[in-house]
Amino acid sequence: MERLIEEIPNFFTIWNVIFLAKAMGVTFLLTAIGCIVGFSVGGLLAIFRKTKTILLLPIRIFIVLYTEIFRRIPFLVSLLLFFYVFQIIKISDDLFLIATITVCVIATAYIGEIIRSGIESINQTQWDAAAAMNFTYYQTLKEIIFPQAWKVILPPAFGFFIMFIKDTALASQIGVMELTFAAKVLNNKGFSPLLSFGTILILYFILSFPLDRFGKYMEKKLASNRN
Amino acid sequence: MPQIEIKSANAYYDKLHVLKNIKLSVDKGEIVSLIGPSGSGKSSLLKMLVGLLIPKSGDVYLNGTLINYNNQSDLRAIREQIAIVFQQYNLFQNMNVLKNVSIAPTKIQKRNPKEVNEQALFLLEKVGLKDKLKSYPDELSGGQQQRVAIARALCLNPEILLLDEITSALDPELVKEVLDSIRLLAAEGMTMLIVSHEMSFVREVSSRVVFMDDGSIIEINNPKNIFERPKEKRTLDFVGKILKDK
Repeated sequence: MERLIEEIPNFFTIWNVIFLAKAMGVTFLLTAIGCIVGFSVGGLLAIFRKTKTILLLPIRIFIVLYTEIFRRIPFLVSLLLFFYVFQIIKISDDLFLIATITVCVIATAYIGEIIRSGIESINQTQWDAAAAMNFTYYQTLKEIIFPQAWKVILPPAFGFFIMFIKDTALASQIGVMELTFAAKVLNNKGFSPLLSFGTILILYFILSFPLDRFGKYMEKKLASNRN
Repeated sequence: MPQIEIKSANAYYDKLHVLKNIKLSVDKGEIVSLIGPSGSGKSSLLKMLVGLLIPKSGDVYLNGTLINYNNQSDLRAIREQIAIVFQQYNLFQNMNVLKNVSIAPTKIQKRNPKEVNEQALFLLEKVGLKDKLKSYPDELSGGQQQRVAIARALCLNPEILLLDEITSALDPELVKEVLDSIRLLAAEGMTMLIVSHEMSFVREVSSRVVFMDDGSIIEINNPKNIFERPKEKRTLDFVGKILKDK
């Protein structure tokens, strides 16, 4: 314990603080881009998946295959797969880009499924009433289905986002300098593991706590079932 | 020329043949009641008319025009003329009473919001719910929800109104109120198709009664004949049983 206390002034040097802040920025960016893209594209996939027109059948089949495959592959496996595919076909060797694309692909599959189940939780009678009054598919979603489905979509979606912050740690496996990798580097430089990993534990909490509060706020705002 | 004419229509839920060779014509201002045991196809027939169940064969004419149920503009056209009140009310759970009644006329029919609001208030007053404008469906009783659903359908200014078991959730006092509203609508010349198990109501308000069983129309007759001198044995059995149970 004494050694730990002695280490603290050397640990929190300007260089280390900037290093950890940059790593935190990478973790934040990976999560934020994954969540925003996942929510937008996943939402579109869910909306297309529920359509009935025969013209969109190939798109629906693609969506089902995409969702079912990427939800079943561990994040680390997808990450390594993209890493090697990118190397083989020489698209880019930017590790952050590879990690970001993997994160977006996985988040889209998961969040798309969460949104789909939210849409399907709304009783068919609501769709029938809307159709009988000439609401289009998109008007029905906007005015009737989503306002009721938020309360089903938001809790698991924000649960996924928070889990996702932690999962981005796996990007360290391909060498992305995010929080976990930064802690490993500091540990390898001789700082105690307790201090290195204890610090990023607090930083992970600082990232995830506001997101959790934001999720609660959005649930209250959107999911109250009252316009 | 009949306002609605159905010629040999057949419809299915997946493989289940729910409407078999339906032939029916309804004139403007007529009140036609559909009776029959549960699962006989009465509600399915109403759903078919508004395109919630697409007929697989047969023709449906509205004011002499053949309807193509696979064509979106035909569907839109029939839904502008026909409004339906569902057995389970199907009110939008995320909207208060006033919004439930006014949303389709303003957002879909693009009518003047002020004018729609006035009409909605008038209709809700007519069905005795003026003090519930800000209430949500889950704060209302079944009877109140049913009356909101009727006001919502009427606010669309339809030419034809389809009523699916609207009195099933109402207590006797409210049944009278709803019947009075329907009588008023009938006097105004509104064409109506009514599915009901309330035989006294059917007998009182209907111009003609259609008895259905197992997806088919068994008999069409005037109310007096169908209840007192039915032509078909199945009608006699059904009516006899219902009247005996009463």
